[in-house]
Amino acid sequence: MTKPYADLRRETETRDRSLREKVMSLEEAAALVDDGDHVALGGCTLSRTPMAMIWALIRARKKDLVVSRSITSTEGDLLYGSGASRHVMTSWFSQGIVWGVSRVMRHYTETGRAIFEEWSHMAMGVRYRAGAMGVPFIPVRSMLGSDLTGRIDGPKEMACPFTGDRLLLVPALNPDVALIHVQRCDAYGNAQMDGLPFMDADIAMAANRVILTTERIVSNSQIRRAPDRTRIPFITVDAVVEAPYGCAPHECYGVYEPFLPNLDAYAALIGRDAEAGVKEYLERYVYQPRDWVAYLDLLGMDNVIDAARRGRSVYND
Amino acid sequence: MTDNGSHSAAELLAVMSSRSLEDGQTVFAGVGIPLLAATLAQRIHAPGLTILFEGGVLGPFIVPGELPPSTNEQRCTRQANMVLSNTDVLLLLQRGYVDIGFMGGAQIDRYGNLNSSYIGDAENPKIRLPGTGGGNDIASLTRMIVSMIHEKRRFVEAVDFVTSTGYWHGGTSRSDSGLTTGGPYRVITDLAVLGFDEETRRMKVEALHDGVEPDQVQDATGFELMFDDEIGRTEPPTADELAVLREMDPDRVYIA
Repeated sequence: MTKPYADLRRETETRDRSLREKVMSLEEAAALVDDGDHVALGGCTLSRTPMAMIWALIRARKKDLVVSRSITSTEGDLLYGSGASRHVMTSWFSQGIVWGVSRVMRHYTETGRAIFEEWSHMAMGVRYRAGAMGVPFIPVRSMLGSDLTGRIDGPKEMACPFTGDRLLLVPALNPDVALIHVQRCDAYGNAQMDGLPFMDADIAMAANRVILTTERIVSNSQIRRAPDRTRIPFITVDAVVEAPYGCAPHECYGVYEPFLPNLDAYAALIGRDAEAGVKEYLERYVYQPRDWVAYLDLLGMDNVIDAARRGRSVYND
Repeated sequence: MTDNGSHSAAELLAVMSSRSLEDGQTVFAGVGIPLLAATLAQRIHAPGLTILFEGGVLGPFIVPGELPPSTNEQRCTRQANMVLSNTDVLLLLQRGYVDIGFMGGAQIDRYGNLNSSYIGDAENPKIRLPGTGGGNDIASLTRMIVSMIHEKRRFVEAVDFVTSTGYWHGGTSRSDSGLTTGGPYRVITDLAVLGFDEETRRMKVEALHDGVEPDQVQDATGFELMFDDEIGRTEPPTADELAVLREMDPDRVYIA
């Protein structure tokens, strides 16, 4: 996972980093992802999940992706169930505490058909940060003594050359592709996020390609009026896709909260039979809809309105 | 969870956990009992308590009836002082800004090691659990309070997997491993308040809840407990404490 520095630099040098328009469709953006790529997902648990892009990758029948994320929710189930990924690297993996342990995660990992590679939450973040910094590792003071380090390939203990402290070195992550959903960005990929920033800025800097999905595309002039709000530099971005409600059924800060009826129905479906349930959900919500708008139509206008009403409530204190 | 008529086991855990928090402390809390306990402490005796969420929130104020479903959603940010990346909020633990971390787990052993990863052999588990999240970082980098229902299948001789390191093999083994700060501070259950012996680092009973006898605690534990020479008695939850909890969680999602 840790790329040789010369390769990292060469791959970055060959990318077109000019101030150019990068707007494309979900399908076109999906073509930027190859089978077997390491794909890092922005957001966390149910928040700012790049669901529209994940949805597009599953529809494009991608295979063998290694997927990493700070914390993984239902999108991990969908990646396992569709076969798009058999390897998820994350710190916590289930729909959410209120729904209990994910039956789908359990089913695929307990039968040995998928890997859930577990790192501590801070270690995941520090690995992306090392990738963003262009260094091969960062020392941390966590995970020592635990059994976590014995089940993953990579971390090494060392004595600090300055103090003698025992430290754990966690290797950098430089994902092949980062998928990040934001509230707004311009056609060049200058992205501005509201609310929780999660690990997205580090992931964008660490990755070799970045696909942004956005609630709306704004003008470059609007970005330039508040450059202090820009969190992802356009020079890291390769594709911009406008995807309204692009995290549904998860949430996007200030725009919509989770679509709870859909999440409850999903939990009930996989509760009856994990594998058949996730496949039925994939068929109905991922493969069958004509396009992203048709998918939102399936979620239902009443649910869209309800999620949006709750989402905007942060601006009504 | 059991209910003795006046309050549920979960409510008892939340109340007793809240009383372990002091005004002015900075507390890392997950959703569920930890957040309820921290919020309760703020309302009752620790108005200057600062809550941190691993989703990246510093000093939020939870709106009654709007408990967040995880610590990573917009509901966690209500009236917060700051939002920051998960990485940075977790690094505050490593830097030393956090007094107490709140944890749960599926299993705990006599040295406070916690398992939230696998039931059974990790190679071929009976149950794959959701994993550490920030739990390992909290356990590694600050003093932690563990809230758990007291059952033999949870308080075990040896955890199936050490997700979060407590006092590891006891004695000085935790600090020898490189974890030179923090460690388990208290374990709060529906039967008792437990701590750890200064030297051996074995779990010991410090106080019993109303109506609980020492044998009952030992019987619900899969390893031999130590008992303080003078075992205390906790005061039962007050009407005020229970009222705050029920106002926070009117649908009884976490306190049932």
